Amino acid sequence: MHTHEFDIVVVGAGGAGLMAALYASQNLPGGKVAVISKLYPTRSHTGTAQGGIGAALGNLEEDHWEWHAFDTVKGGDYLSDQNAVRVLAQEAISAVIELEHLGLPFDRNPDGTISQRRFGGHTNNKTRQPVRRACHAADRTGHMILQTLYQQCIKNQITFFDEYHVMDQLLSDDGRTAGVVAIQIGTGELHVFRSKAVIWATGGWGRVWSVTSNAHSLTGDGPAILWRRGLPLEDMEFFQFHPTGLYGLGVLITEGVRGEGGVLLNGRGERFMERYAPTIKDLASRDVISRAIYLELKAGRGIGGKPYVHLDVTPKTVNRYLAEAGDSRRIDAATIHQKLPDILDFCKTYAGVDPVEQPIPVAPTAHYAMGGIPTNVDAEVLAAADGTIVPGLYAAGEVACVSVHGANRLGTNSLTDLIVFGRIAGKKAAEYARSADLPPLPPDPSGPVQAELDRLRTCKGGTRPGEIRRRMQETMMDHVGVFRTAEGIQAALATLRDLKAAFRDDLTLDDRGYRFNTDVLEAWELGALLDVAEVTAASALARQESRGAHSREDFPKRDDERFLVHTFATLVDGEIQLNHSRPVDLSLGYQPQERVY
Amino acid sequence: MKAHFRIRRFNPETNAKPYWQDFTLDNVAPADRVLELLHRIKWEQDGTLAFRRSCAHGVCGSDAMRINGRNMLACKVLVSSLAAEGAESVTIQVEPILGLPVIKDLIVDMEPFFAHYRAVMPYFVNNDPPPADGRERRQSPEERAIFDDSTKCILCAACTTSCPSFWANGSYVGPAAIVQAHRFIFDSRDQAAEQRLDILAAPDGVWRCRTIFNCTPACPREIEVTRAIGEVKLAIQMGAERMRARKMTRGGTE
Repeated sequence: MHTHEFDIVVVGAGGAGLMAALYASQNLPGGKVAVISKLYPTRSHTGTAQGGIGAALGNLEEDHWEWHAFDTVKGGDYLSDQNAVRVLAQEAISAVIELEHLGLPFDRNPDGTISQRRFGGHTNNKTRQPVRRACHAADRTGHMILQTLYQQCIKNQITFFDEYHVMDQLLSDDGRTAGVVAIQIGTGELHVFRSKAVIWATGGWGRVWSVTSNAHSLTGDGPAILWRRGLPLEDMEFFQFHPTGLYGLGVLITEGVRGEGGVLLNGRGERFMERYAPTIKDLASRDVISRAIYLELKAGRGIGGKPYVHLDVTPKTVNRYLAEAGDSRRIDAATIHQKLPDILDFCKTYAGVDPVEQPIPVAPTAHYAMGGIPTNVDAEVLAAADGTIVPGLYAAGEVACVSVHGANRLGTNSLTDLIVFGRIAGKKAAEYARSADLPPLPPDPSGPVQAELDRLRTCKGGTRPGEIRRRMQETMMDHVGVFRTAEGIQAALATLRDLKAAFRDDLTLDDRGYRFNTDVLEAWELGALLDVAEVTAASALARQESRGAHSREDFPKRDDERFLVHTFATLVDGEIQLNHSRPVDLSLGYQPQERVY
Repeated sequence: MKAHFRIRRFNPETNAKPYWQDFTLDNVAPADRVLELLHRIKWEQDGTLAFRRSCAHGVCGSDAMRINGRNMLACKVLVSSLAAEGAESVTIQVEPILGLPVIKDLIVDMEPFFAHYRAVMPYFVNNDPPPADGRERRQSPEERAIFDDSTKCILCAACTTSCPSFWANGSYVGPAAIVQAHRFIFDSRDQAAEQRLDILAAPDGVWRCRTIFNCTPACPREIEVTRAIGEVKLAIQMGAERMRARKMTRGGTE
């Protein structure tokens, strides 16, 4: 076992982690900051974000941070904490400008300013029409953010531990952050990282579901680790299904396609969103569109009877609808080639479809966790629903629930969240580390991780992890997906309990070695996924209402009397305990209203 | 159809030297990605098979491999592109990318690759204070266009490890590092172009490129890698500023 000492350890090297690392090191002169990631940083999932980062720059038309804030709250179906939304929408502007100053190659307007495009749920609050707020770099905005931040980390000589997989959180006897335990993937050796502060930035857990836009590595490691240490998880029932995943694969097809004028068509060629969202149609919130697609499919209006619809961005179709709407914009093949090059590539590679000539087959795909590790607006991790914190522990980005996204995230706000709250986490952790001391380590700090890895390396049961994973993903897709019922969720919980028992008592692996043992690592990740899936299902069962991405067929209405509150789930003596006592912050004054688009 | 896999295996913990192992998969569809099939082998037949992967759709750059003798991302190559039309079976040979030490099976040590990357100052440099109004530095769409292609790089190493000059001499910085330098050399906002050009004019820089063109077809992002290298060579001779101006007047297509 190896032991390291740092002031601040950042776990995860996507947008939030790298931003936090930059700010932590800048705000802690002479301090030691390390970034630990199970991937090379440039493999992080931030790099797959496509359409843009939301900020009310107003470069092309009138816009205000208050409009961005209201749209975010409405998009979140009024579950967003408005004190956090204020920070998001206000600081979005300086965050985007800062990225530009760090070299990010945004697309440009003729006057040299950052180009912006329309995106779902982002509106002019006076006219209610879509507003150009998404700052973009072609359809690889996330790639540019990830590259730019990694480049700056190199410039600033940040210390990286690449391909080290963090598997435990260390806490001192008095409940303070004491560090983390990681396995060096290349050798199988364990490393203890003592630190005053830890910033969690490990991203999401889309791999809980069978159809997802998420990378294989998005296995909910952060929430699972803290959950096992008795810390709460917030609003886990809210997981976004993006309406336009490439059919069959779930690969993301950005909302930017609709921002450029693309429309959704059912098997009869109808632009069905006109019925579900008469004002902004195909640019309604993602939850609204995903439900609409499911309802069209259920009514037998898929394409040729199959479970998908068409996303049509062919100039012929787009220009016809623009003309009908009295909009003077027109697009041509060059527009699509210039603004959506990666989308063209994905469609041609994986579906054999050229979007300039043919519609794209799409269906909803598990995409984004609104819930996660609860934090306050300073990115400090909460120990309980009453707002007490864990000293020295921070979280930012998708892994965190601050909560800006509420019950449903607006497109482009994930990238905004990474930069704004990554920045805050780095700054706050540095402030804390300046005055804190290094807490003593618990006895045998790597013992629990060693025991679990030894068990996995030597297990001799009858069930392969791939089988357990497949069954978990299918049951979650069937029962804890876009539409949910008590009966279905209970069935999922029963299956998950069986799968957890099989994982514990009947697992078998092939690889008994230490060097780059991805058999063991994937099994460990499966353990994390199972925990996260169970909390998700239990939280979904208890929320007897429909709000944002959580849609209960047996409770189809939003219930502000009972559920204008956050869900806090905690593991107590092996049982999941749920608490609904934390109210939603309404400090911007946006009272819940009926949500129509 | 059936897929016959021939995979280069090597685990230094247990093997004295690398060897080939065969696997057969049934029910393979033409639209299956090679990565999915490698997962089927790992998850259904042999959990010891080791390879890197993450996003599974050609963006993260984890799974560059040598597939049927050519560098590709396993997640971006479909069975249909490897099989004859209407064939009942397909043979797929998979090896680690060449020129970097093998850690295990299809996993290579990427550190020498990233060391070359870090050597070319792959980051934005502008020491002037940002605009006084607190807003973005301005850049015209035309200025932005001339380095668009090289911003697409995902550091998968497919180009560098397809390059015979790199195979022959691992101290050559290689195509990927040059593409990364190009991205900044041609950015009108950046101020360190001449320093990067000095680095790339050194003996292990661009002049080791013999214009063999392996890198361009190897790039899964369709970056015109050899052209970018050629533009850096011209910039060394003409100066970055003149070369930028020349690219601007030619509409970004040198």
